[in-house]
Amino acid sequence: MSARVPASLNLRAAVVSLLILAVLLGIWHAATLPAASAAGGAATAGMTPEQIEYAKLMGKDVSAASASGSGKSSGFPTVGQVAATFAQQLSNPFYDNGPNDKGIAIQLAHSLGRVGLGFLFACLVAVPLGFVIGMSPLLYRALDPFIQVLKPISPLAWMPLALYTIKDSSISGVFVIFICSVWPMLINTAFGVASVRRDWLNVARTLEVTPMRKALRVILPAAAPTILTGMRISMGIAWLVIVAAEMLVGGTGIGYFVWNEWNNLSLTNVIFAIVVIGVVGMLLDLMFARLQRLVTYVE
Amino acid sequence: MNAFLKVESLSRVFVPGKPVFADVNFGIERGEFVCIIGHSGCGKTTILNVLAGLDTASGGNVFMDGREVVGPSLERGVVFQGHALMPWLTVRRNIAFAVESRWPEWGAAKVNVHVEKFVAMVGLSHAIDKKPSELSGGMKQRVGIARAFSIQPKMLLLDEPFGALDALTRGTIQDELMGIVRETQQTVFMITHDVDEAILLADRILLMSNGSETPSGYVPGGIAEVVRNPLPRGRTRAALHHLDGYYDLRNHIVDFLVSRAKAGH
Repeated sequence: MSARVPASLNLRAAVVSLLILAVLLGIWHAATLPAASAAGGAATAGMTPEQIEYAKLMGKDVSAASASGSGKSSGFPTVGQVAATFAQQLSNPFYDNGPNDKGIAIQLAHSLGRVGLGFLFACLVAVPLGFVIGMSPLLYRALDPFIQVLKPISPLAWMPLALYTIKDSSISGVFVIFICSVWPMLINTAFGVASVRRDWLNVARTLEVTPMRKALRVILPAAAPTILTGMRISMGIAWLVIVAAEMLVGGTGIGYFVWNEWNNLSLTNVIFAIVVIGVVGMLLDLMFARLQRLVTYVE
Repeated sequence: MNAFLKVESLSRVFVPGKPVFADVNFGIERGEFVCIIGHSGCGKTTILNVLAGLDTASGGNVFMDGREVVGPSLERGVVFQGHALMPWLTVRRNIAFAVESRWPEWGAAKVNVHVEKFVAMVGLSHAIDKKPSELSGGMKQRVGIARAFSIQPKMLLLDEPFGALDALTRGTIQDELMGIVRETQQTVFMITHDVDEAILLADRILLMSNGSETPSGYVPGGIAEVVRNPLPRGRTRAALHHLDGYYDLRNHIVDFLVSRAKAGH
């Protein structure tokens, strides 16, 4: 959101957003209303105590209060149930009751740690390599086939190879993040460096600027907005991929949390986790948007 | 001719067999202001690029101060047609970049003093910490001029520096440039389209013709005539057209451009 947008427009947009949210919540609430309470009561009619016990063992909740029961009922969770889960999880985000039961903040920390590490390594490889490719038409053409073939490969397809060679699931996760973040940054950096205005390069030539100084003081600032766009895209992809990767290898992390809660049939926790993933993704993107604004210049 | 800058038999070919210009010979004395005038496409900018070392000639040589010109150098400052300021730097930092390139051993304070002196010279002290996007076209071009002067080159090359400016701004900056050149005794080579500008600023005016197809074959472009400016030094824009000989000179040049320069590329 630009600072030049008039305040009244922002205000009106906020009101419309809230209205849309209210409508969506309303639809959700109406769709999950307890219409099956009669069915719930009828379910226990005519059952012997043994049958009720058996039904409970099988996971079928046949208590008369099933309509407002726990999130393990057979229907989609209601707004109220999800809200309760939100409150419960957020009130104690750092709890650690063992390998399968950790607080949301701990899981997020694991995920963000992997993403941060993989992204950092990708930066360290992509930006210098992109620089070199951008400045050398020969290398650009020589490496282009490799980039074009490796780029479309889904990062999760690398997982088996990573697990086999690296043998550690956490490091494999970091590797998968690395391999998916490297391409947008590499391509954008190469493009940004190759598109530096000839005028500025000529100025550097007439001032007898050394190659290193030219790279750092002319090419890098000129290409910085494009490079940061690449980083922003990479971060978005990395966040998408970490959730999927953690679902695959498990252990810790927000992706693992989603999958674990699904296995526990705790849909409210699944919904909670989904919302958290979305919010964190948004915050990461906002952070890069801010960084982008710092290096943007007006020609 | 023991000139400071010597251009000998310069030629540049883009299309084989049809040089844009050929057999270009001229010299520039130290402290002289030389303008080159001609139609578009005659190769003026190409000559300037060769003098600056940004381009290489297809034939001929350029010597400055006895040494051959083979590439760009801090001894030949350039003011580009589109100011070529770096938009992520302020005016101060743009000029400081040039000063630091010229004297890398200088400390930050010394660089700053030098920068401020040249910014004051073009009258932009109030805008010294602005970015180029916050400046008008005239101001940006002034910064380009300040940057070129700040490295105190042996020769200054200006590629139609005022082409993109309106007539009023152009007049003001011409006066400023004249004052600066007089004060610094700078050797200058300038490309221009404006006849009045050439008469105001230049000690000598090179009239360049385009290459053209004639019934007897292709004739490359070149320096058709060198005109020495007879008007007294210390001219001002306001009084220029009152000077004796002004209209003769002007008519001569305009006649050349209209009839002998053979425009049409």
